[in-house]
Amino acid sequence: MPAVSEIAVNVSKRQTLTEIVCYHCGLPCITNSITSEDKVFCCEGCKLVYEILNENGLCNYYNLQSHPGLSQIKGLRNDKFAYLDNEDIANQLYQFTDGDRSIVTFYIPGVHCSSCMWLLEHLRKLNNGVSESRLNFSTKEVTIYFSRKTTTIRKITELLATIGYEPYISLKESDQKKTKSYNKQRILKLGVAGFCFGNIMMMSFPEYLSHKTGIDEQYAHLFRYLNLALALPVFFYSASEFFVTAWKGIRQKTLNIDAPIALAIIITFIRSIVEITGNTGAGYLDSMSGIVFFMLVGRIVQERTYKSLSFTRDYKSYFPLAVNVVSAEGVTSKKLQDLKEKDVVQLHNDEIIPADSVLIKGNACIDYSFVTGESEPMKVAIGEVVYAGGKQKGEQLTIQIVKPVAGSYLTSLWNHYAFSKNKAEKNDRESAVHVLSKYFTFILFGLALITAAYWYYVDPSKIINSVSAMLIVACPCALLLSATFTNGNIMRILSDNGLYLRDPSVIEQLGKINEIIFDKTGTITTGSSENFVCSGHQLSDWEKDLLYTVVSSSKHPNSKSLARWLGDRTPVRLSAWKETEGKGLDALAETTRILVGSAAYVGMPKEKAKEEKATTYVRINDKVSSFHLQSVFRDDVPQMIGSLGQRYQLSVLSGDNDKQRSLLEKTFGDKSGLLFEQKPLDKLKYVETQQSSGNHVMMIGDGLNDAGALQQSNVGVTLADDINNFTPSCDAILDAKKLSSLPSILKVARSARLVIRTSFAISIVYNVIGLFFAMQGLLKPVSAAILMPCSTLSIVIITSGASSLIAWRSGLRLRASE
Amino acid sequence: MSAFFVLVGVSILVAGGFLFAFLWSVKSDQYEDRDGAAMRMLFDDEIQKTK
Repeated sequence: MPAVSEIAVNVSKRQTLTEIVCYHCGLPCITNSITSEDKVFCCEGCKLVYEILNENGLCNYYNLQSHPGLSQIKGLRNDKFAYLDNEDIANQLYQFTDGDRSIVTFYIPGVHCSSCMWLLEHLRKLNNGVSESRLNFSTKEVTIYFSRKTTTIRKITELLATIGYEPYISLKESDQKKTKSYNKQRILKLGVAGFCFGNIMMMSFPEYLSHKTGIDEQYAHLFRYLNLALALPVFFYSASEFFVTAWKGIRQKTLNIDAPIALAIIITFIRSIVEITGNTGAGYLDSMSGIVFFMLVGRIVQERTYKSLSFTRDYKSYFPLAVNVVSAEGVTSKKLQDLKEKDVVQLHNDEIIPADSVLIKGNACIDYSFVTGESEPMKVAIGEVVYAGGKQKGEQLTIQIVKPVAGSYLTSLWNHYAFSKNKAEKNDRESAVHVLSKYFTFILFGLALITAAYWYYVDPSKIINSVSAMLIVACPCALLLSATFTNGNIMRILSDNGLYLRDPSVIEQLGKINEIIFDKTGTITTGSSENFVCSGHQLSDWEKDLLYTVVSSSKHPNSKSLARWLGDRTPVRLSAWKETEGKGLDALAETTRILVGSAAYVGMPKEKAKEEKATTYVRINDKVSSFHLQSVFRDDVPQMIGSLGQRYQLSVLSGDNDKQRSLLEKTFGDKSGLLFEQKPLDKLKYVETQQSSGNHVMMIGDGLNDAGALQQSNVGVTLADDINNFTPSCDAILDAKKLSSLPSILKVARSARLVIRTSFAISIVYNVIGLFFAMQGLLKPVSAAILMPCSTLSIVIITSGASSLIAWRSGLRLRASE
Repeated sequence: MSAFFVLVGVSILVAGGFLFAFLWSVKSDQYEDRDGAAMRMLFDDEIQKTK
């Protein structure tokens, strides 16, 4: 028996007859028979869009970008959006409505170019009920103002879907109101702090320059009191978040990094007030507002948010908003949360099963790849249970709900305790900044006591002066800035290279990783492409034509994928063709009899079939061939695994059976753990076991079936073919095209720790210099004002320079390519 | 030298004007969509008939 382990990297490509591309979407046209005027289209859907736009004089759409459209080959089911006629559901979607004028905002994943924007902002030409539509290009959200008297939300949604911009409507988004894409409050605070800082510096210049002679009394007063006035908004408004976090920390009996900062700000402010009102000096208001300003800048740099990405999705985002329920009054749409046991639901092709149910009617062929990772659709007999999260492939089904939505097998995964943890908070607690800040505060107080004790004996009048100066200069702002700027810069570099992090705390975790666990289907193998390997009798060209003819008329998914794999072939004349439901195909061409189906159907001995575990068997007269569905590795995966294997422990968790063990073993080597038939909970448990043996685990997966493992792991990375697609909740999203740069990405993350530590050391040197003068009571406002920006600036240059240099040397791009 | 008082006042007023403009631009969501405006300005208002 020939081995079935050849590494198949090439996907069979669809052959195209011509080089002509679709006028609408730019995909190659298989035939050039679909035309309108002189334009050629790849499918009827694309042509329809063109005709609608042409009729309404919107062909400017095609002038802004060539082939701007999205392929319409999939088509649209007529009543897909029927549930929007349900008032309850529609009311959840309106942002505003007074019964007539209404506003609704849709998220449209398909938005990608200026043509999209132009068309979506001209919706009023296509539907006269729409008065205005406005697209936010960054978030891909279109806000539509319309009149409910002339049109309905369903009509608008259907219009959007027909012209190729199907909105994404889900339960999750309608449940919770939108989250702000960035922290607007912080930007406002920064603006105020920047204004006050700049003006305080300007007013302080006379003091700096004239420290020997002194300035005129009247001017000195004017400048000092103006400074004080300008410092008020900085202290009470801009710096408020430092006080709040510090106070929260103290209440939980921990000293976070904000505590010494808040202390420094308060002491600086009080001492400055005392000096200015007592007319003994100018105070340190310039340093104080500078600290606040730079710290806010650091936080904003670090707080990089990806507007169109979501890291917090659970199963709800995948489920439909409503389903069609059959009752005595006919078919009505019902909200998912109102779904009860015993409800009878109609399910169309490609729809997701909302809750565990029993199949009542229809030919079920359920694709559970999302839930279990099993790549082949499963046939279910009437009366058997179908599980939530499965997708029907084929005809319409009728099912009866047996468990509520939240109690289903899939959704119960989210009740696992791994999901109750807040990973961001946990990461923060473990971060080096946090650990250091605890010691920092204690050391600082220790030094302050020593200084106070020293001056008590030497010159008691200097106690207050030196101790307060110490606390001011020891403000760990340079320390904190080194972390924020390094993280900010590294997040930027990583996102330019296809890895989008949820928050900066993930960088440090990435650097600690020593084990990487991969999901198989959809992660190291491509999700969609199919490649068959034929063993046993090898088919001749004519036999392939024959097989193609036989399977192409069958609706079974295995037949369909076999037909796709065989490609365009010349049909053969058949004299007989018969399909036995659930068994296979039987056909006759002249004298040749061909059987396609399971091993038993084609008459293969049981023992041999068990050994082969093939997907489909074909018997032509007396010769049997077996077809294995072979996963295809993503490009560069074998090479990437090789280089990762040198440093990390690797494992593969697959929901599939172990048909491809030999193929995986060849690439991963024998040291790696290869586990098959892993259920979502098994994956989570495996990650937990590895962690309890002291490993820092990175999980790379793609579907809901990995959600548990992604949550449990130290760093859960979702691999996405299209980063705007729907990804389960995770710590980072990796663009599948950039998977090969994973080794370099990890290298940069490791070096981030080094950069942060180095800049920590430098900032501590600055602190020590400052303390040296402060403890002796020699610190003048002018030297504080010089030391502070210098340390900040040098930290910023060192951190961003070093992290960029490391990224460049490990072969990552420093700028996003357009 | 009393011109100094006036100048300081004026300079703070001017800077305050810029601060106000900045706060207003943030509050009125001008930073919400930083790519859209650049494209929108290229569109022609006229709808072209290609019949």
